Amino acid sequence: MPPVADRKIDCVGLFCPVPIIKTVEALAELSPGRILEMTSDDPASLADMKSWSARTGHELLEIDKHGAVFRFVVRKTG
Amino acid sequence: MARSSASSSARPGSGGLGAAVPRAYLDYAGFSPVDPRVVAVMRPFLEGGVGNPGAPHSLGLEARASLDGARAKVARLVGASPAGVIFTASATEANNLAIRGVAQRAAGRHVVTTAIEHISVLNSCRDLEKRGFGVTYVGVDADGVVDPQAVARATREDTALVSVMAANGEIGTLEPLREIGRLTRERGVPFHVDGVGAAGRVALAVDEAHVDLLTLSSNDLYGPPGAGALWVRPDVKLAPVILGGGQERGYRSGTENLPAIVGMGVAAELARIEGAAEVARLRELRDRLLAGVLERLPEARLTGARGAMRLPHHASIVVPGVKADAVLLELDLRGIAASSGSACNAKTGEPSHVLRAIGCDRESLEGSLCFTLGRWTTAGEIDLVIETLPGVVARLRSLAPR
Repeated sequence: MPPVADRKIDCVGLFCPVPIIKTVEALAELSPGRILEMTSDDPASLADMKSWSARTGHELLEIDKHGAVFRFVVRKTG
Repeated sequence: MARSSASSSARPGSGGLGAAVPRAYLDYAGFSPVDPRVVAVMRPFLEGGVGNPGAPHSLGLEARASLDGARAKVARLVGASPAGVIFTASATEANNLAIRGVAQRAAGRHVVTTAIEHISVLNSCRDLEKRGFGVTYVGVDADGVVDPQAVARATREDTALVSVMAANGEIGTLEPLREIGRLTRERGVPFHVDGVGAAGRVALAVDEAHVDLLTLSSNDLYGPPGAGALWVRPDVKLAPVILGGGQERGYRSGTENLPAIVGMGVAAELARIEGAAEVARLRELRDRLLAGVLERLPEARLTGARGAMRLPHHASIVVPGVKADAVLLELDLRGIAASSGSACNAKTGEPSHVLRAIGCDRESLEGSLCFTLGRWTTAGEIDLVIETLPGVVARLRSLAPR
Protein backbone atom coordinates (compact mmCIF):
# COMPACT_ATOMS: atom_id res chain seq x y z
CA MET A 1 0.00 0.00 0.00
CA PRO A 2 1.48 3.35 -0.94
CA PRO A 3 1.38 5.91 1.87
CA VAL A 4 -1.67 8.16 1.87
CA ALA A 5 -0.92 11.82 2.42
CA ASP A 6 -2.70 13.58 5.27
CA ARG A 7 -1.93 16.88 3.66
CA LYS A 8 -0.73 18.00 0.24
CA ILE A 9 1.03 21.24 -0.64
CA ASP A 10 1.76 22.55 -4.11
CA CYS A 11 5.08 24.34 -4.59
CA VAL A 12 5.17 24.17 -8.39
CA GLY A 13 6.57 27.38 -9.80
CA LEU A 14 8.42 28.27 -6.59
CA PHE A 15 12.16 28.13 -6.05
CA CYS A 16 14.54 27.33 -3.20
CA PRO A 17 14.21 28.10 -0.33
CA VAL A 18 10.43 28.49 -0.55
CA PRO A 19 9.47 24.79 -1.07
CA ILE A 20 11.45 23.79 2.03
CA ILE A 21 10.05 26.65 4.10
CA LYS A 22 6.51 25.65 3.10
CA THR A 23 7.28 22.01 3.88
CA VAL A 24 8.52 22.95 7.35
CA GLU A 25 5.45 25.14 7.95
CA ALA A 26 3.05 22.42 6.81
CA LEU A 27 4.76 19.75 8.91
CA ALA A 28 4.52 21.97 11.98
CA GLU A 29 0.74 21.69 11.76
CA LEU A 30 0.78 17.89 11.54
CA SER A 31 1.31 15.50 14.41
CA PRO A 32 4.20 12.99 14.39
CA GLY A 33 3.60 10.03 12.08
CA ARG A 34 1.41 12.06 9.74
CA ILE A 35 2.29 12.24 6.07
CA LEU A 36 2.81 15.28 3.87
CA GLU A 37 3.02 15.35 0.10
CA MET A 38 4.86 18.23 -1.53
CA THR A 39 5.15 18.83 -5.25
CA SER A 40 7.82 21.06 -6.76
CA ASP A 41 9.34 21.67 -10.17
CA ASP A 42 12.46 23.45 -8.91
CA PRO A 43 15.35 21.34 -10.29
CA ALA A 44 17.21 21.96 -7.03
CA SER A 45 14.45 20.56 -4.85
CA LEU A 46 15.59 16.94 -5.21
CA ALA A 47 18.99 17.59 -3.61
CA ASP A 48 17.49 20.08 -1.18
CA MET A 49 14.79 17.72 0.10
CA LYS A 50 17.25 14.85 0.47
CA SER A 51 19.68 16.91 2.53
CA TRP A 52 16.84 18.46 4.52
CA SER A 53 15.46 15.03 5.36
CA ALA A 54 18.89 13.71 6.32
CA ARG A 55 19.46 16.71 8.56
CA THR A 56 16.05 16.90 10.24
CA GLY A 57 15.24 13.20 10.45
CA HIS A 58 11.84 13.57 8.79
CA GLU A 59 11.43 10.46 6.69
CA LEU A 60 11.32 10.78 2.91
CA LEU A 61 9.01 7.89 2.02
CA GLU A 62 8.73 8.42 -1.70
CA ILE A 63 10.23 10.55 -4.41
CA ASP A 64 8.97 10.39 -7.95
CA LYS A 65 8.87 12.61 -10.95
CA HIS A 66 6.08 13.20 -13.44
CA GLY A 67 7.39 15.28 -16.31
CA ALA A 68 9.18 18.14 -14.65
CA VAL A 69 7.34 17.88 -11.34
CA PHE A 70 8.85 16.10 -8.36
CA ARG A 71 6.55 14.57 -5.76
CA PHE A 72 7.96 14.13 -2.26
CA VAL A 73 6.15 12.13 0.41
CA VAL A 74 7.40 12.90 3.91
CA ARG A 75 6.52 11.32 7.24
CA LYS A 76 6.87 13.61 10.22
CA THR A 77 9.04 12.16 12.96
CA GLY A 78 8.57 12.90 16.65
CA MET B 1 37.32 62.81 2.22
CA ALA B 2 35.13 60.04 3.49
CA ARG B 3 36.80 60.08 6.84
CA SER B 4 36.20 63.70 7.73
CA SER B 5 32.70 63.86 6.32
CA ALA B 6 31.42 60.55 7.51
CA SER B 7 33.18 58.99 10.42
CA SER B 8 33.04 62.18 12.44
CA SER B 9 29.25 61.95 12.56
CA ALA B 10 27.16 59.26 14.19
CA ARG B 11 25.71 56.44 12.15
CA PRO B 12 22.55 57.77 10.49
CA GLY B 13 19.23 56.83 11.96
CA SER B 14 20.64 55.79 15.32
CA GLY B 15 17.42 56.37 17.18
CA GLY B 16 13.83 56.86 16.25
CA LEU B 17 11.78 53.79 15.62
CA GLY B 18 12.05 52.11 18.97
CA ALA B 19 14.19 49.13 18.03
CA ALA B 20 17.29 48.86 20.18
CA VAL B 21 20.20 50.64 18.54
CA PRO B 22 23.12 48.24 18.33
CA ARG B 23 26.38 49.38 19.87
CA ALA B 24 28.18 47.83 16.93
CA TYR B 25 26.53 47.53 13.51
CA LEU B 26 28.51 45.12 11.32
CA ASP B 27 25.92 43.96 8.81
CA TYR B 28 26.42 46.53 6.04
CA ALA B 29 26.06 43.79 3.43
CA GLY B 30 22.60 43.05 4.80
CA PHE B 31 21.56 46.67 4.89
CA SER B 32 23.53 49.87 4.68
CA PRO B 33 22.23 53.03 6.31
CA VAL B 34 21.48 55.59 3.61
CA ASP B 35 24.01 58.43 3.56
CA PRO B 36 22.37 61.61 4.93
CA ARG B 37 23.72 63.52 1.91
CA VAL B 38 21.78 61.11 -0.30
CA VAL B 39 18.63 61.56 1.77
CA ALA B 40 18.95 65.34 1.47
CA VAL B 41 19.01 65.15 -2.33
CA MET B 42 16.10 62.69 -2.42
CA ARG B 43 13.80 64.71 -0.19
CA PRO B 44 12.46 67.21 -2.77
CA PHE B 45 11.73 64.32 -5.15
CA LEU B 46 9.47 62.80 -2.50
CA GLU B 47 7.83 66.00 -1.34
CA GLY B 48 7.58 68.00 -4.59
CA GLY B 49 5.93 67.37 -7.96
CA VAL B 50 9.03 66.21 -9.82
CA GLY B 51 8.22 62.55 -9.87
CA ASN B 52 7.30 61.10 -13.24
CA PRO B 53 9.83 61.37 -16.08
CA GLY B 54 7.02 60.53 -18.50
CA ALA B 55 4.76 63.39 -17.38
CA PRO B 56 3.72 65.79 -20.22
CA HIS B 57 4.50 68.99 -18.33
CA SER B 58 7.57 70.90 -17.29
CA LEU B 59 7.91 68.92 -14.06
CA GLY B 60 8.17 65.83 -16.25
CA LEU B 61 11.04 67.39 -18.17
CA GLU B 62 12.81 68.12 -14.92
CA ALA B 63 12.20 64.56 -13.80
CA ARG B 64 13.62 63.28 -17.10
CA ALA B 65 16.74 65.39 -16.62
CA SER B 66 17.18 64.10 -13.07
CA LEU B 67 16.74 60.52 -14.24
CA ASP B 68 19.37 60.95 -16.93
CA GLY B 69 21.68 62.64 -14.44
CA ALA B 70 21.43 59.59 -12.19
CA ARG B 71 22.05 57.34 -15.20
CA ALA B 72 25.27 59.20 -15.99
CA LYS B 73 26.49 59.02 -12.39
CA VAL B 74 25.83 55.29 -12.08
CA ALA B 75 27.53 54.66 -15.44
CA ARG B 76 30.58 56.73 -14.48
CA LEU B 77 31.22 54.61 -11.37
CA VAL B 78 31.93 51.57 -13.56
CA GLY B 79 33.35 53.31 -16.65
CA ALA B 80 30.25 52.51 -18.70
CA SER B 81 28.07 54.30 -21.22
CA PRO B 82 25.03 56.01 -19.61
CA ALA B 83 22.69 54.82 -22.36
CA GLY B 84 23.26 51.21 -21.29
CA VAL B 85 21.93 51.72 -17.75
CA ILE B 86 18.52 50.16 -17.08
CA PHE B 87 17.14 51.08 -13.67
CA THR B 88 15.33 48.31 -11.79
CA ALA B 89 13.81 48.01 -8.33
CA SER B 90 16.63 45.84 -6.99
CA ALA B 91 19.81 44.01 -7.84
CA THR B 92 17.79 40.80 -7.71
CA GLU B 93 15.58 42.15 -10.50
CA ALA B 94 18.66 43.18 -12.46
CA ASN B 95 20.10 39.66 -12.17
CA ASN B 96 16.77 38.20 -13.33
CA LEU B 97 16.69 40.58 -16.28
CA ALA B 98 20.27 39.77 -17.26
CA ILE B 99 19.91 35.99 -17.19
CA ARG B 100 16.32 35.47 -18.29
CA GLY B 101 16.43 38.43 -20.66
CA VAL B 102 19.55 37.26 -22.50
CA ALA B 103 18.43 33.62 -22.54
CA GLN B 104 15.11 34.55 -24.13
CA ARG B 105 16.75 36.25 -27.10
CA ALA B 106 19.67 33.87 -27.55
CA ALA B 107 19.89 31.06 -30.09
CA GLY B 108 21.91 28.91 -27.66
CA ARG B 109 20.30 26.91 -24.90
CA HIS B 110 23.16 26.74 -22.38
CA VAL B 111 24.34 28.99 -19.55
CA VAL B 112 27.52 28.88 -17.46
CA THR B 113 27.58 30.19 -13.90
CA THR B 114 29.27 29.26 -10.62
CA ALA B 115 28.26 27.24 -7.60
CA ILE B 116 28.52 30.23 -5.23
CA GLU B 117 26.34 32.84 -6.92
CA HIS B 118 23.66 34.88 -5.20
CA ILE B 119 20.30 33.11 -4.92
CA SER B 120 18.79 35.49 -7.51
CA VAL B 121 21.27 34.22 -10.10
CA LEU B 122 20.95 30.58 -9.05
CA ASN B 123 17.15 30.60 -9.11
CA SER B 124 17.08 32.40 -12.47
CA CYS B 125 19.29 29.59 -13.77
CA ARG B 126 17.02 26.94 -12.22
CA ASP B 127 14.14 28.59 -14.02
CA LEU B 128 16.05 28.23 -17.30
CA GLU B 129 16.67 24.55 -16.52
CA LYS B 130 12.92 24.09 -16.20
CA ARG B 131 12.55 25.60 -19.64
CA GLY B 132 14.96 23.10 -21.14
CA PHE B 133 18.24 25.00 -20.90
CA GLY B 134 21.42 23.31 -19.82
CA VAL B 135 23.20 25.08 -16.98
CA THR B 136 26.78 24.37 -15.91
CA TYR B 137 27.59 25.37 -12.33
CA VAL B 138 31.37 25.73 -12.25
CA GLY B 139 32.95 24.85 -8.90
CA VAL B 140 35.41 26.94 -6.90
CA ASP B 141 38.59 26.23 -4.95
CA ALA B 142 38.87 26.20 -1.14
CA ASP B 143 39.11 30.02 -1.09
CA GLY B 144 36.01 30.36 -3.27
CA VAL B 145 37.95 31.42 -6.36
CA VAL B 146 36.63 30.42 -9.78
CA ASP B 147 39.23 29.12 -12.23
CA PRO B 148 38.85 31.14 -15.46
CA GLN B 149 40.01 28.13 -17.47
CA ALA B 150 37.24 26.03 -15.92
CA VAL B 151 34.72 28.65 -17.01
CA ALA B 152 36.21 28.60 -20.50
CA ARG B 153 36.08 24.80 -20.62
CA ALA B 154 32.42 24.86 -19.58
CA THR B 155 31.41 27.10 -22.48
CA ARG B 156 30.00 25.35 -25.55
CA GLU B 157 28.96 26.24 -29.07
CA ASP B 158 25.46 26.94 -27.80
CA THR B 159 26.37 28.88 -24.64
CA ALA B 160 24.14 31.95 -24.43
CA LEU B 161 25.64 33.58 -21.34
CA VAL B 162 28.36 33.33 -18.72
CA SER B 163 27.42 34.81 -15.33
CA VAL B 164 29.99 35.21 -12.55
CA MET B 165 29.77 37.39 -9.46
CA ALA B 166 32.42 40.03 -8.79
CA ALA B 167 32.50 39.25 -5.09
CA ASN B 168 30.90 36.67 -2.85
CA GLY B 169 28.86 38.21 -0.05
CA GLU B 170 29.27 35.29 2.31
CA ILE B 171 33.03 34.70 2.17
CA GLY B 172 34.26 37.99 0.67
CA THR B 173 36.21 36.42 -2.20
CA LEU B 174 36.78 38.50 -5.34
CA GLU B 175 36.63 36.61 -8.63
CA PRO B 176 39.19 36.99 -11.45
CA LEU B 177 36.77 38.86 -13.72
CA ARG B 178 39.31 40.27 -16.11
CA GLU B 179 40.64 36.84 -17.06
CA ILE B 180 37.16 35.31 -17.28
CA GLY B 181 36.02 38.26 -19.38
CA ARG B 182 38.95 37.89 -21.73
CA LEU B 183 38.16 34.20 -22.30
CA THR B 184 34.43 34.72 -22.77
CA ARG B 185 35.07 37.60 -25.16
CA GLU B 186 37.38 35.33 -27.21
CA ARG B 187 34.55 32.85 -27.45
CA GLY B 188 31.97 35.49 -28.31
CA VAL B 189 29.80 34.68 -25.29
CA PRO B 190 28.13 37.57 -23.40
CA PHE B 191 29.57 37.99 -19.89
CA HIS B 192 27.28 39.02 -17.02
CA VAL B 193 28.73 40.13 -13.69
CA ASP B 194 26.79 40.56 -10.46
CA GLY B 195 28.72 43.54 -9.13
CA VAL B 196 26.95 43.83 -5.77
CA GLY B 197 29.47 44.11 -2.95
CA ALA B 198 32.35 44.99 -5.25
CA ALA B 199 31.15 48.17 -6.97
CA GLY B 200 32.51 51.24 -5.25
CA ARG B 201 34.98 49.17 -3.25
CA VAL B 202 37.27 47.55 -5.81
CA ALA B 203 38.14 48.49 -9.38
CA LEU B 204 35.25 47.41 -11.56
CA ALA B 205 35.42 48.94 -15.03
CA VAL B 206 33.28 47.22 -17.63
CA ASP B 207 35.74 47.61 -20.51
CA GLU B 208 38.81 46.43 -18.61
CA ALA B 209 37.04 43.25 -17.47
CA HIS B 210 35.23 42.73 -20.81
CA VAL B 211 31.89 42.82 -19.00
CA ASP B 212 28.76 42.88 -21.19
CA LEU B 213 26.10 43.09 -18.46
CA LEU B 214 26.63 44.41 -14.92
CA THR B 215 24.28 44.29 -11.94
CA LEU B 216 24.44 47.08 -9.35
CA SER B 217 22.60 47.74 -6.09
CA SER B 218 21.72 51.16 -4.70
CA ASN B 219 21.74 50.26 -1.03
CA ASP B 220 25.12 48.58 -1.38
CA LEU B 221 26.47 52.07 -2.21
CA TYR B 222 24.68 53.70 0.79
CA GLY B 223 21.80 54.66 -1.48
CA PRO B 224 18.15 53.93 -0.71
CA PRO B 225 16.70 50.43 -1.03
CA GLY B 226 14.24 50.05 -3.88
CA ALA B 227 16.68 50.80 -6.69
CA GLY B 228 19.13 48.72 -8.66
CA ALA B 229 20.52 48.80 -12.15
CA LEU B 230 21.58 46.56 -14.97
CA TRP B 231 24.12 48.01 -17.35
CA VAL B 232 24.02 46.38 -20.78
CA ARG B 233 26.55 46.77 -23.59
CA PRO B 234 24.81 48.13 -26.71
CA ASP B 235 25.28 45.02 -28.87
CA VAL B 236 23.81 42.59 -26.33
CA LYS B 237 20.38 41.22 -27.27
CA LEU B 238 17.98 41.41 -24.34
CA ALA B 239 14.27 40.80 -23.77
CA PRO B 240 12.35 42.54 -20.98
CA VAL B 241 11.07 40.63 -17.97
CA ILE B 242 8.55 43.28 -16.84
CA LEU B 243 6.16 44.51 -19.51
CA GLY B 244 4.10 47.67 -19.60
CA GLY B 245 4.48 51.26 -20.72
CA GLY B 246 7.94 50.89 -22.20
CA GLN B 247 9.99 52.83 -19.67
CA GLU B 248 13.77 52.29 -19.61
CA ARG B 249 13.86 51.81 -23.40
CA GLY B 250 11.24 49.09 -23.06
CA TYR B 251 13.51 46.82 -21.07
CA ARG B 252 11.91 47.60 -17.72
CA SER B 253 8.42 49.01 -17.73
CA GLY B 254 6.83 50.80 -14.79
CA THR B 255 7.09 54.45 -13.81
CA GLU B 256 10.64 54.99 -12.61
CA ASN B 257 11.13 55.20 -8.83
CA LEU B 258 12.70 58.60 -9.27
CA PRO B 259 13.49 59.44 -5.61
CA ALA B 260 15.31 56.14 -5.17
CA ILE B 261 17.03 56.38 -8.56
CA VAL B 262 18.21 59.94 -7.90
CA GLY B 263 19.47 58.71 -4.54
CA MET B 264 21.31 55.84 -6.21
CA GLY B 265 22.95 58.33 -8.56
CA VAL B 266 24.23 60.48 -5.69
CA ALA B 267 25.37 57.37 -3.84
CA ALA B 268 27.30 56.19 -6.91
CA GLU B 269 28.95 59.59 -7.28
CA LEU B 270 29.98 59.61 -3.59
CA ALA B 271 31.36 56.10 -3.96
CA ARG B 272 33.39 57.15 -7.00
CA ILE B 273 34.85 60.20 -5.24
CA GLU B 274 35.30 58.85 -1.72
CA GLY B 275 35.58 55.11 -2.34
CA ALA B 276 39.37 54.81 -2.27
CA ALA B 277 39.79 56.67 1.04
CA GLU B 278 36.90 54.79 2.60
CA VAL B 279 38.23 51.44 1.46
CA ALA B 280 41.66 52.17 2.96
CA ARG B 281 40.04 53.04 6.29
CA LEU B 282 37.78 49.97 6.28
CA ARG B 283 40.56 47.62 5.25
CA GLU B 284 42.57 48.73 8.28
CA LEU B 285 39.61 48.24 10.61
CA ARG B 286 38.78 44.88 9.03
CA ASP B 287 42.37 43.67 9.46
CA ARG B 288 42.27 44.80 13.08
CA LEU B 289 39.04 42.84 13.60
CA LEU B 290 40.43 39.67 12.04
CA ALA B 291 43.76 39.89 13.84
CA GLY B 292 42.08 40.49 17.19
CA VAL B 293 39.50 37.73 16.81
CA LEU B 294 41.90 35.12 15.44
CA GLU B 295 44.41 35.87 18.20
CA ARG B 296 41.82 35.30 20.92
CA LEU B 297 40.14 32.38 19.15
CA PRO B 298 43.06 30.46 17.63
CA GLU B 299 40.79 27.63 16.48
CA ALA B 300 38.65 30.03 14.41
CA ARG B 301 39.35 30.09 10.70
CA LEU B 302 38.94 32.76 8.06
CA THR B 303 36.72 31.69 5.16
CA GLY B 304 37.35 32.95 1.65
CA ALA B 305 40.40 34.56 0.11
CA ARG B 306 42.94 36.85 1.72
CA GLY B 307 44.67 40.08 0.76
CA ALA B 308 43.92 41.63 -2.59
CA MET B 309 41.54 38.83 -3.57
CA ARG B 310 39.13 39.75 -0.77
CA LEU B 311 36.51 42.48 -0.31
CA PRO B 312 38.18 45.12 1.89
CA HIS B 313 35.23 45.60 4.25
CA HIS B 314 34.44 41.93 4.76
CA ALA B 315 35.47 39.47 7.47
CA SER B 316 34.02 35.97 7.68
CA ILE B 317 35.06 33.20 10.04
CA VAL B 318 33.95 29.78 11.14
CA VAL B 319 34.37 28.80 14.78
CA PRO B 320 34.46 25.01 15.15
CA GLY B 321 32.12 23.61 17.75
CA VAL B 322 29.61 26.45 17.94
CA LYS B 323 26.64 27.21 15.75
CA ALA B 324 26.85 30.54 13.97
CA ASP B 325 23.15 31.20 14.65
CA ALA B 326 23.68 30.84 18.39
CA VAL B 327 26.70 33.14 18.30
CA LEU B 328 24.75 35.76 16.35
CA LEU B 329 21.93 35.64 18.88
CA GLU B 330 24.35 36.05 21.78
CA LEU B 331 26.15 38.90 20.02
CA ASP B 332 22.81 40.58 19.38
CA LEU B 333 21.99 40.42 23.09
CA ARG B 334 25.27 42.23 23.69
CA GLY B 335 24.53 44.96 21.16
CA ILE B 336 26.44 43.60 18.17
CA ALA B 337 24.61 43.16 14.86
CA ALA B 338 26.32 40.74 12.46
CA SER B 339 25.09 38.00 10.12
CA SER B 340 25.78 34.60 8.66
CA GLY B 341 26.12 36.18 5.22
CA SER B 342 23.25 34.22 3.74
CA ALA B 343 19.61 35.15 4.19
CA CYS B 344 18.40 32.07 2.32
CA ASN B 345 20.00 29.59 4.66
CA ALA B 346 18.90 31.52 7.73
CA LYS B 347 15.33 30.67 6.75
CA THR B 348 15.71 26.97 6.07
CA GLY B 349 18.60 26.08 8.35
CA GLU B 350 20.16 24.30 5.37
CA PRO B 351 23.96 24.33 5.16
CA SER B 352 25.10 27.20 3.00
CA HIS B 353 25.67 26.39 -0.68
CA VAL B 354 28.76 28.61 -0.57
CA LEU B 355 30.38 26.83 2.38
CA ARG B 356 29.61 23.49 0.77
CA ALA B 357 31.15 24.66 -2.49
CA ILE B 358 34.43 25.65 -0.82
CA GLY B 359 34.58 22.20 0.70
CA CYS B 360 33.84 22.88 4.38
CA ASP B 361 31.75 19.86 5.27
CA ARG B 362 31.89 20.16 9.01
CA GLU B 363 31.97 23.95 9.19
CA SER B 364 29.07 24.26 6.81
CA LEU B 365 26.87 22.73 9.48
CA GLU B 366 28.04 25.28 12.03
CA GLY B 367 27.71 28.20 9.63
CA SER B 368 30.00 31.18 9.31
CA LEU B 369 30.03 34.54 11.04
CA CYS B 370 30.08 37.44 8.64
CA PHE B 371 31.10 40.94 9.73
CA THR B 372 30.72 43.62 7.08
CA LEU B 373 32.01 47.11 7.81
CA GLY B 374 30.86 50.37 6.32
CA ARG B 375 31.00 54.14 6.14
CA TRP B 376 30.18 54.71 9.82
CA THR B 377 32.10 51.82 11.36
CA THR B 378 34.38 52.97 14.17
CA ALA B 379 37.40 51.42 15.88
CA GLY B 380 35.28 51.27 19.03
CA GLU B 381 32.78 48.96 17.32
CA ILE B 382 35.59 46.69 16.13
CA ASP B 383 37.10 46.54 19.61
CA LEU B 384 33.72 45.68 21.10
CA VAL B 385 33.54 42.61 18.84
CA ILE B 386 37.09 41.59 19.70
CA GLU B 387 36.32 41.87 23.41
CA THR B 388 32.90 40.20 23.25
CA LEU B 389 33.21 37.30 20.83
CA PRO B 390 35.62 35.04 22.79
CA GLY B 391 33.36 35.16 25.87
CA VAL B 392 30.30 34.33 23.78
CA VAL B 393 32.05 31.34 22.21
CA ALA B 394 33.27 30.11 25.61
CA ARG B 395 29.77 30.44 27.06
CA LEU B 396 28.15 28.52 24.21
CA ARG B 397 30.75 25.76 24.50
CA SER B 398 30.11 25.46 28.22
CA LEU B 399 26.37 25.18 27.58
CA ALA B 400 26.67 22.51 24.92
CA PRO B 401 29.81 20.46 25.49
CA ARG B 402 30.61 18.06 22.69
